[in-house]
Amino acid sequence: MAIEVRIPTILRQYTDGQKAVEGNGDTLAALFADLETRHAGIQARIVDDGKLRRFVNVYLNDEDVRFLDSINTKLSDGDTVTILPAVAGGSV
Amino acid sequence: MLTLTQALHDRIVAHAREDHPDEACGVVAGPVGTGRPERFIPMLNAARSPTFYEFDSGDLLKLYREMDDRDEEPVIIYHSHTATEAYPSRTDISYANEPGAHYVLVSTADADGAGPFQFRSYRIVDGEVTEEEVRVVEAY
Repeated sequence: MAIEVRIPTILRQYTDGQKAVEGNGDTLAALFADLETRHAGIQARIVDDGKLRRFVNVYLNDEDVRFLDSINTKLSDGDTVTILPAVAGGSV
Repeated sequence: MLTLTQALHDRIVAHAREDHPDEACGVVAGPVGTGRPERFIPMLNAARSPTFYEFDSGDLLKLYREMDDRDEEPVIIYHSHTATEAYPSRTDISYANEPGAHYVLVSTADADGAGPFQFRSYRIVDGEVTEEEVRVVEAY
């Protein structure tokens, strides 16, 4: 089962600079565990304590997975997963 | 050093004033590798807050796809502080994820006559803030 994963600039240090990599898994959690086997260090930048980090956005095709099943969102062959750090900040 | 046109400078300032007392935010995109800010893209502050900003997650995906299709990158990421000086806060630093971008901060705190309008630019890399000179030009 091949999933295309689009990698943001800040995480390309784990993918030898590649903008997109392939991965496998029937859920997002499984996909990130699979990526970790080839791109050591990437999982901890996305997942913390079994949950998606608050300021990392993950999309399944066009949908923010927070509106689906978050890290337990089911994946199918041919899906595209996009990872984008939130653009956020504030004065305090 | 950040070099931008007077027109882009004025649009950032106008956006910040318009959204005051909430924080305003947005991007100026430019062709990959040139460092030249060209396309002004005001973003919605999904937090609608005077002390916090966050791009709406759907808008963020659309923005990055569009930049990707056009071979652009975020040259400037700007936001306003509405009651404090135009210097990156701890929150700004911990969420700064574009080491190649100029982080522009403007302060609209002068709206109450507290001081001159501030327009400042920084690099934020691995948690380290470096202020840089801002050069405003008529055209590139």
